[in-house]
Order: sequence, then C-alpha cells, then structure tokens
Amino acid sequence: MNIMSEAAVEKALDQKMNTVPYKMIGKDVSVYYGEKRALFDVNLNIRENTVTALIGPSGCGKSTFLRTLNRMNDTIENCRVTGKITLDEDDIYDPTIDVVELRARVGMVFQKPNPFPKSIYDNVAYGPRIHGLARTKADFDEIVETSLQKAGLFNEVKDRLHEPGTGLSGGQQQRLCIARAVAVSPEVILMDEPCSALDPIATAKVEELIHELRTNFTIVIVTHSMQQAARVSQRTAMFHLGNLVEENDTDKMFTNPDDQRTQDYIMGRFG
Amino acid sequence: MSTSLLLLLIVVIGFIAYFAGRTRSLALSGGKLSNLHSLPGYHGSYVAIWAMLPAALVLGAWLIAAPVYIDGSTRATLPDTVQSQGPAAVQLALGQVKSVAGGLLRLSGEELAALESGSANLRATLASKGVALAGEGDPYMVTVAKHFNAMTATNRWLMTAAVLLIAVAGGVYAIRNVAARFRARNQVERVILGSLIVASSIAILTTVGIVASMLSEAGRFFTMVSPLEFFFGTVWDPRFAAAGSGGASGQFGLIPLLAGTLYIAFVAMLFAVPIGLFAAIYMAEYASPRLRSTAKPLLEVLAGIPTIVYGFFALVTVGPFLRDISAQLNGLLTGDYQNFIQAQSVLTAGIVMGIMLIPFVSSLSDDIITQVPRALRDGSLGLGATRSETVKKVILPAALPGIVGALLLTASRAVGETMIVVLAAGVAARMQINPFEPMTTVTVKIVNQLTGDLEFTSPQTLVAFALGITLFVITLGLNIYALYIVRKYREQYE
Repeated sequence: MNIMSEAAVEKALDQKMNTVPYKMIGKDVSVYYGEKRALFDVNLNIRENTVTALIGPSGCGKSTFLRTLNRMNDTIENCRVTGKITLDEDDIYDPTIDVVELRARVGMVFQKPNPFPKSIYDNVAYGPRIHGLARTKADFDEIVETSLQKAGLFNEVKDRLHEPGTGLSGGQQQRLCIARAVAVSPEVILMDEPCSALDPIATAKVEELIHELRTNFTIVIVTHSMQQAARVSQRTAMFHLGNLVEENDTDKMFTNPDDQRTQDYIMGRFG
Repeated sequence: MSTSLLLLLIVVIGFIAYFAGRTRSLALSGGKLSNLHSLPGYHGSYVAIWAMLPAALVLGAWLIAAPVYIDGSTRATLPDTVQSQGPAAVQLALGQVKSVAGGLLRLSGEELAALESGSANLRATLASKGVALAGEGDPYMVTVAKHFNAMTATNRWLMTAAVLLIAVAGGVYAIRNVAARFRARNQVERVILGSLIVASSIAILTTVGIVASMLSEAGRFFTMVSPLEFFFGTVWDPRFAAAGSGGASGQFGLIPLLAGTLYIAFVAMLFAVPIGLFAAIYMAEYASPRLRSTAKPLLEVLAGIPTIVYGFFALVTVGPFLRDISAQLNGLLTGDYQNFIQAQSVLTAGIVMGIMLIPFVSSLSDDIITQVPRALRDGSLGLGATRSETVKKVILPAALPGIVGALLLTASRAVGETMIVVLAAGVAARMQINPFEPMTTVTVKIVNQLTGDLEFTSPQTLVAFALGITLFVITLGLNIYALYIVRKYREQYE
C-alpha cells in the first residue's frame, strides 16, 4: 500500500492539486449496455489521496464510470467496456488480472446501506476473513476496532458488536459499510451516492468521515448534491450524456467553470 | 317440468331481466351516462341477480326438502302390518314402493287395471317394462305408489309455479328500484363479496368435514384397539380384513410403518436436497438468463410427471439396476454373485422419490435465493469476494430460513407420497435399518387396508382412518412450521 505521510498530504494539498500523482488513469473509456452506449471515450484520471467528485444529471454515466473502476460492471449482463484503465500502472481490464484481487484494492460503498444480515463484528470482519488478512482472534478484533474507529462508529457500537448490523440506523449502517470497505485496506474507495438515503445529520457525519479518510485512501464519490461535492472534494468531474464535460479543481469548478454546461448545471438550469 | 328445464327458464328470465334493467337505466339517464350513479351494465346485473338468485335459492331448498316430506307422507300411508315390523322393514317397503311408482308410469291403462284387480303379477308386469323389483311385491304397494306418484306430480307443479313466480317477482321488484341515483354498483359489489365468502367457506368447511370424519372414524377404531397398542406397537399384522371378520383380532403397531415412512423420506431428502439446492444456486447465481429461461422450465417438467410414472420407473429400471449392480459388486469382492440390494428396497424408493423431489427443492429455493436483495450481492462482490464466497457466506445465510421452510414443505410431500413407495419399496411392514431391504410406509398401508371387499366396522379397515389422521397431523405440523419460518424470513428485509 502506498500511504503518504500526513505531512506530505497536507503539503500536497497546500500546493496546486495538479502536482499530486495519479492513482488511476482512465483512457478512452467507453461502456456499452448491449447496443446502447453509456459512456463516450472518457479520459479521466484519479489523483492519489484526493477526493474526486463525479457530478452530472441523472443518467449521465457518472455511476457507470465509477463502476468501471473496480469492474463491478462485470456483474451486469451484456455490459462491455472498451478503452484502458490502470491502477498504479496495472491495466485492470487485462485478462490476467484477478478481479477479486482488484476489488480488494478498489473497495466500494453503495447508494443504499447494505449491511449483511450478520453481526456488526462479522460485517467488518467479512473482508479480512475472505482475504486472510488476519489469523488470530486478537488480530481480527484489532482490525474490526480500527476499521470501526476510522469510520467513526466504534464508540456508538462498541457495546453491541455482536448484534445484527441491520439493527443500526441508516446513517450508522452506511458508516458500517464504510468500515467494512476500510477493513480490507483498499487503496481506492468508490462511493456511489453514499448519502442519498441518509438524513442531513447522518450525511454530515459521513461527509466528515470522507474528509478524514482522504489521508489514507484515494476516494471517488458520485453525488447529486452540488454542495456535497463542494464540501468534500478537491477535484470534480462533470459528466453529461455519457461524456466527460470538464474536470478541474473543485474550487475552480464551482466559481469559474470552463464549460458553459457545467455552469448551467451548477446554477441549476438543467438536470 | 324437469329441474334442468326449470333452471334454464330461470336463466332466460335472468337474461331478460338484465336487458330490461339496462334499458330502463339507459332511458332514465336521458342520454347522458354521467347522470347515472352506476353504469347501465350494473343496473342490468342488479335486476338479473334479483330475478335469478332468490329463485335459485328457493329451488335448491325445495329440492332438498320436498323428497323428505314426500317420503314421510308415503311412509304414513303404508299399512299397519308393515309399520309394526320396525324401521328397517318400513325403509325396505318404501324402496319397493318407489320402484313400483317408477314402473307404474310406464304401464298402459289395461295393464294398470289388471294389476289393480289382482289378476296380473306385479313383479312380472314391471319386469317386462324393465323395472326390477327386489321382492314379490304386495297389492297394497300399487295404491301407495299411486299416492306417491300423485304427490310427486303435485310437488313438481307447485315447485315450478313457485320458482317462476319468485323469479318474475324478483325481477319486477328490482326493476322498480332502478333510478338514476340508485347505487346498483354497490349492490352488485355486495353480491360478489357474498359469493366470494361462500366459495372460501366451502373450502374451509370441506377441510373441517374431512378432519371431523377422520377423527370420528379413528375414534371408532380406538374403541376396538387401544391407542397405546396402536401408537407404540412394534408389530403390524392386521390379519384378514374380509366382511364379517370383525371379531378376528390383529396387531396394529404404528411404529414399523412410521419408521418406514420417515426412513424412506429421509433417504429421498438425502438425494433431493443437495442436488436441488445446487441446481437452484446455479440457476439463481451463475446461469445466464438465456440458459435459465430454458433450463428452469425443463427442470420443472420433472414436477409435472405423475408419481405413478416414477413408480414404474423404479420398478422396471432403478430397482433391477441396483439389484444387478450389487450382485456384480459382491461378485467382484467375494466371488459370490449374490445381490445384497433387493429390487424393492428403501434405497430404490428413496432414490426415485428424491428425483421426484428435486424440482420442488430447486424451484422453491431458487425463488428464495433470487429474493435476496441485489445490494447484498454487490456489497460482497465489491469487497473482493468470489461468487461462491458470496453465495456461501452472504446469500445462503440470508436465505437460510426460507430454504429450511422450503425443505420442510418438500419433506411433507415425501412423507405423504404413496405410489412410488408401493412399487419401489414393497408392502412388507418391517422394522429394520438396512436400506437395501424393503420396508413400507403409512400411506401404502392405508391403500392396502382400503382395497378389496370392505366392511367399515372392523378394525382392519378403520385403522386406515387412524393412520390417515396420524399422517395428517405429521404433514400439517411440518407445513405449519414451514409457513411460520417462511413468514418470519419475509419480514427480515423490509
């Protein structure tokens, strides 16, 4: 794993984002669902230890692009991806790549909280167990505790780790899902509208969490909320009708976008 | 007028009433349908219901009540010599009188006169007209039969008149009610609701009736054989079950039959559960939609094969095959070509019944597995789990209660299965644990006890009801428990 030191991150952030190295590179990425083309030659690079927000109106292809990054589109029938996506120089669509291993490196948090019908502990330990990240009970306990702490959930659930994860509130469930993703120690975490099913207070907590996670992980987040994109991200990419319209520093994007369509969308003139 | 003609007339009146009601409501609407509370069709139906329903109900009641009344009145006219001989003789005489009455209608005037004067033999005359009498017949019978015929004719006439009158009166009453703001829709709705309630109560009452009759017959059995002997007896030997042998005692031990039932069901489940479950997992999780759309119906064809077909498949194919292969194996191992698996055995019945159950297990489990939300699959795959890890650790645990419910439902089918066992496991009620030997089940013994010449007073036949109620309690218990589990599982996701 390639974790930059705290100081280095802060330093990088102080500088222009442009100097941060790329974690993932997408080149001419197109996606087809059967005959229908959903993405048109998207060239989008994801910077390391950065929160990249994907915005755009519904059906613009932002979720589709997100799902190409850990090949979750493979589970959809008739879905075809062309172009090239690399993760640290490795082409993730190379036939020799192990999808299972890729998904361990690029984790995912979904729109609707989807804890497994197991205990909180087992939910978090699920990934480490299948990937053999720990051997002893003590090791697992530690992974579970640190993951829950990173997700800001530990203090709320430490007395009921063995109660079902489905019994938590919506916001807690979503943070449990984030803890579950974090427990596998991925390098990149993909989030598909993680707050769309949550109330404002839970949303604030998750946003704060995303902000903190950035020091250890590269994060790509799809969101419908402009404010959320502005609050949590450093880079923003705007999609429209399957095309990447513009990608820029979030500050610039929301104050002085290059493209008219971005401006219209941000101003709420369409979408 | 015959009953069917009368029914037809009621329907015709109903039709006329429908169109009359419709036309009247259309006339009242003044050309604008929105003036009416209900559409013209509802007004028509309302009138038709009033014309047909009361008339049909009266007809039904009349048909049930009239014969009782006529019989009673005829009985009273029988001579005292017959009446004094007790109810059995009266009943016999009544039966003969009815036959005579039927025959009288076919006689010509001269033949009738000859009979009444006593110059012709009653039995011979009627036999020549194709009416057979049980006894010689007495002269008084002709008089009583004539009385009977007269009453029947009057009754028919009265019934026809009453029913038609009620039909017309109902139609007229209803058509007078039709008005623009009349709520015919709500009235029709109430009739529909009523008929739905009647339909469901028929289903429920039938079940109650069956259970009650089984219980009472089983009760009679238990007055002859003690329940202790039945439920805990280890020997099944009911002896002869011919008419009149009520005194001959046998041994009615349930245990060997119950053991056979459960053993064969267990072997069947041993085959059906893994194969069915794996097939379901493949269909639900791995198969492409195209494969699924062809393979699933094919698998379900198995469920459509009548069990008797499985039975002779067991008898002519599986059984001999197992017997021969066991002989070969034995020969290779010991040099003695003696089969150790009987053609009719627990194993044969278990395998064939297992094949029969595969589609039940697979299609029920498939439904339950596909009900597991996609989000859970994605969550697991997104963490880098393989498909089989996802199935094993997330989907099956989530679907487990439902699958257990499905398996219990399947088990209750296995317990109730008859035809396969008759042909594949034999009828020998034995207590043993070797799966290569024949055994038999509760259902087979019920068939056994109830075929042939029967007299429903001996324990040999009544035991079938005791067996039936035992089986019923077992399957009912399994089904209720299965439904309880399935219901509990349903609540989990929402």
